[in-house]
Amino acid sequence: MQRLSRRPPSRALERAFRGLCLLAVLLPVALLGVLLFDVIRTGIARIDVEFLTSFPSRRPEEAGILAAAVGSLWLVTLTAAFAVPIGVATAIYLEEYARTGRLAGLIEINISNLAGVPSIIYGLLGLELFVRALALGRSLIAGALTLALLVLPIVIMATREALRSVPASLREAALALGATPWQVVRQVVLPIAVPGVMTGSILAISRAIGEAAPLLVLGALSYVDFLPEGIRSPFSALPIQIFNWTRRPQPGFAVDAAAGIIVLMATLLVLNATAILTRNRMQKRLGR
Amino acid sequence: MVSWTLVSVPSTCRIGVAPLLTLACAAGCTVPAGTGGIVVVDGSSTVYPISEAVAEEYGRRGPGRVAIGTSGTGGGFKKFCKGEVAITGASRPISAGEIATCEAGGVDFVELPIAYDGIAIVVNPAADWVDHLTVDELARLWAPAAQGTATRWSDLRAGWPDAEIHLFGAGVDSGTYDYFTQAIVGTEHASRGDYTASEDDHVLVQGVASDIHALGFFGFAHYVESAHGLRLVAVDDGRADNGDGPIAPSVVTVGDGTYQPLSRLVFLYVATSASVGPEIAPFVRFYLDTVASVVQDVGYIPLPAQAYPLVRARFDARMTGSSFDGAGSQVGVRIEDLLGMG
Amino acid sequence: MPPGRPIRRVRRVRRLGEAIIERGLLGSALLSILTTVAILVILGRNTVDFFAEVSLAQFVLDTQWTPLFADKHYGIWPLLAGTFLTSAIAIGVALPFGLLAAIYLGEFATPRMRAVLKPTLELLAGVPTIVYGYFALVTLTPLLQRIMPGLAGFNALSPGIVMGIMIIPMITSLGEDAISAVPRTLREAAYALGAGKLATVFRVVVPTAMSGIAASLVLAISRAVGETMIVAIAAGQQPRLTLDPREPVETMTAYIVQVAKGDTPTGTLEYRTIFVVAATLFVITFVANVASFRLARRYRGR
Repeated sequence: MQRLSRRPPSRALERAFRGLCLLAVLLPVALLGVLLFDVIRTGIARIDVEFLTSFPSRRPEEAGILAAAVGSLWLVTLTAAFAVPIGVATAIYLEEYARTGRLAGLIEINISNLAGVPSIIYGLLGLELFVRALALGRSLIAGALTLALLVLPIVIMATREALRSVPASLREAALALGATPWQVVRQVVLPIAVPGVMTGSILAISRAIGEAAPLLVLGALSYVDFLPEGIRSPFSALPIQIFNWTRRPQPGFAVDAAAGIIVLMATLLVLNATAILTRNRMQKRLGR
Repeated sequence: MVSWTLVSVPSTCRIGVAPLLTLACAAGCTVPAGTGGIVVVDGSSTVYPISEAVAEEYGRRGPGRVAIGTSGTGGGFKKFCKGEVAITGASRPISAGEIATCEAGGVDFVELPIAYDGIAIVVNPAADWVDHLTVDELARLWAPAAQGTATRWSDLRAGWPDAEIHLFGAGVDSGTYDYFTQAIVGTEHASRGDYTASEDDHVLVQGVASDIHALGFFGFAHYVESAHGLRLVAVDDGRADNGDGPIAPSVVTVGDGTYQPLSRLVFLYVATSASVGPEIAPFVRFYLDTVASVVQDVGYIPLPAQAYPLVRARFDARMTGSSFDGAGSQVGVRIEDLLGMG
Repeated sequence: MPPGRPIRRVRRVRRLGEAIIERGLLGSALLSILTTVAILVILGRNTVDFFAEVSLAQFVLDTQWTPLFADKHYGIWPLLAGTFLTSAIAIGVALPFGLLAAIYLGEFATPRMRAVLKPTLELLAGVPTIVYGYFALVTLTPLLQRIMPGLAGFNALSPGIVMGIMIIPMITSLGEDAISAVPRTLREAAYALGAGKLATVFRVVVPTAMSGIAASLVLAISRAVGETMIVAIAAGQQPRLTLDPREPVETMTAYIVQVAKGDTPTGTLEYRTIFVVAATLFVITFVANVASFRLARRYRGR
């Protein structure tokens, strides 16, 4: 019987290694904290009611984020309106109706690939398909459809996880009682999976709200001084506005960009916190 | 178990109905882009700051509803000649090909010069060996043949440091690049390719400001906006009749035509077809009336005071067509000649 | 329930409804295939048109990329070099941190610690890339310039490091899954043979979890290669065939943004270069994704 090591390594070495690993966990987070702190320090003074309710301006002190924030809100709502139903439907199909088989396997590997396609390629897809071929122009709806395609894999994967977590016994019980597959899904599986679906939707929305590259390729506008007026309206979005501000030479705009980042991060924080709270409450209600 | 039904009904409704509602809304509650009162401007990123300033003032007077894109001079013309936008900014006159496309698209336009812009040559403040540059030296530096050959400061002028030059300049998509190559190299679009090319002047400003061996060219307006960290280089065009010796760009020298050959006009092109929405004309009138007062705010040089009423008259009379016959970037054009001001 | 024909009618209607629903769900699922087909068509059509005018030899052998200038070169290598350089730096940062973090979470952390630390690390992945880009340009580059005076304002190092931070959770998450999936019996056998924690981790656990770790690594590479905003803001826009991280470079993704945002009219050769570059990008990420998928399946034992 051969020993794996010739002598036991010193406890000190093991402890040092453990410390190193812990450092590996904490250091990046700490670095992120430092960077965020720097941004907050730069931009927090700029955030006031005026900043939140003004339109862009050539003067950094007068520029505001209203059009971009409202545009992002519209964009993300539309994106979710498309991505969530289609994503849930796809996940239901894959989990409940066609778990095996070549088609299901093909769809599965396809989704896994789409999840890894760079967002800029979705931008090109949106440009050629929605903006040009379907002649939707540089509008909210073109942006929303593009982002919906981008986040669809996220919704699908999260929903599948949620559906999988429903015990098979419940399904079988329902089937034994004579329920059709759709009745099983609608009345037994889905209600239990709703918290997971919500998580997936929030993940998708969080991703969509921060995406700039596809919107840039679609042709985002640099100056918008009105709120969107319909789904074919031109629009701006938070990441685009931040991007534009980082491009301008005046130092005041760097402060505006920092303030914009704070708004974006705060929105994400609120979004995720609400989602986690709601999900926890739903899970409690369902007795899990 | 009891709570299922409370949760299940809403979730099912929510699942199926949302995209249908959105699509239904698409049919009914659309606002076609460009009409319905939104003024869409596109075109040159050089002209963008002027348009932005005007739009901001316009918005102060009442609900503005102006959207400005920056697809570049050529990209803007492409949309303009297809009728997708009614106003486009250009940092060079419309070319022959673009005039033909507009004709094919049934788009008549009015050409409106709105300001002067200079192209500034800048170096890092610590590059103290550079006193001035001649047009010949610039031509040697930027010609296509320079790619790979003229790579060091000492190649340019004897006595200068034997260090690599790091070049920054406008991207090939911009009117600034078109004009610069026309004025310096002599042929539009001909230049070396091994430099940092960017439409975003911030990229260029940062590049030169952080590198002692850097040299760059971009719009004078952007120099004005970010003067710290850069140093202007005076340019000597070798001609005595428009100012002797090396001349640095400034509001004065660009305005009176002594900073040559790197001074140019920038333009606004407005479509005059019947299908153009009613919100366009009031905006353009406001633009022409206001531009003189905001132009210096954003680093451009206003035309002489007498010029603006003439430009305004040109728009009011809807004088279509270009004065440049599609010849592209023109060097040394003075507004007085253009508008026949004598 | 009343017997007879009404039941049969109800049943028939219900079966019809079921069939419609199933077809509808299938339709949704097919949308994902349609998306991939659309991407392939759009990239493929423009790529074919591109290669009708530019030879494949030029694309693969030329070492300059200047399609927009008067002196046109169509060699893909400068863009590939830019992408490779930034991604390599990112992996160089992410792999050690990610792996060690995965080992900590899988071997040393208590379930409670894991419940806290894992979501905290996930935060890194949740930050929008534009924010990371801003960090790289405004905070990290000046910092690095103080340490390395020769550093250009735009370089590959700064965005590479920031990208690395961003993808650490990818390696940690999948890596930790793989490490936790290693059977306890293997570990206990190692301890029984007298191995300490260190030896067990490096000579038993990690090798066993290797396919899962490899899957996470390949996925992380795919993510780094496809990243756009961080490099577009901080790496520069000068295609350069170099391996020096202190110089400005241009990645494939940054080039696509540069041209798509700009002036180039559609239908021209210059415009098609976007799609050729995008196609190259797609092929690279596709190969990486499939490899990762296969590796992950192997460690999950399916």
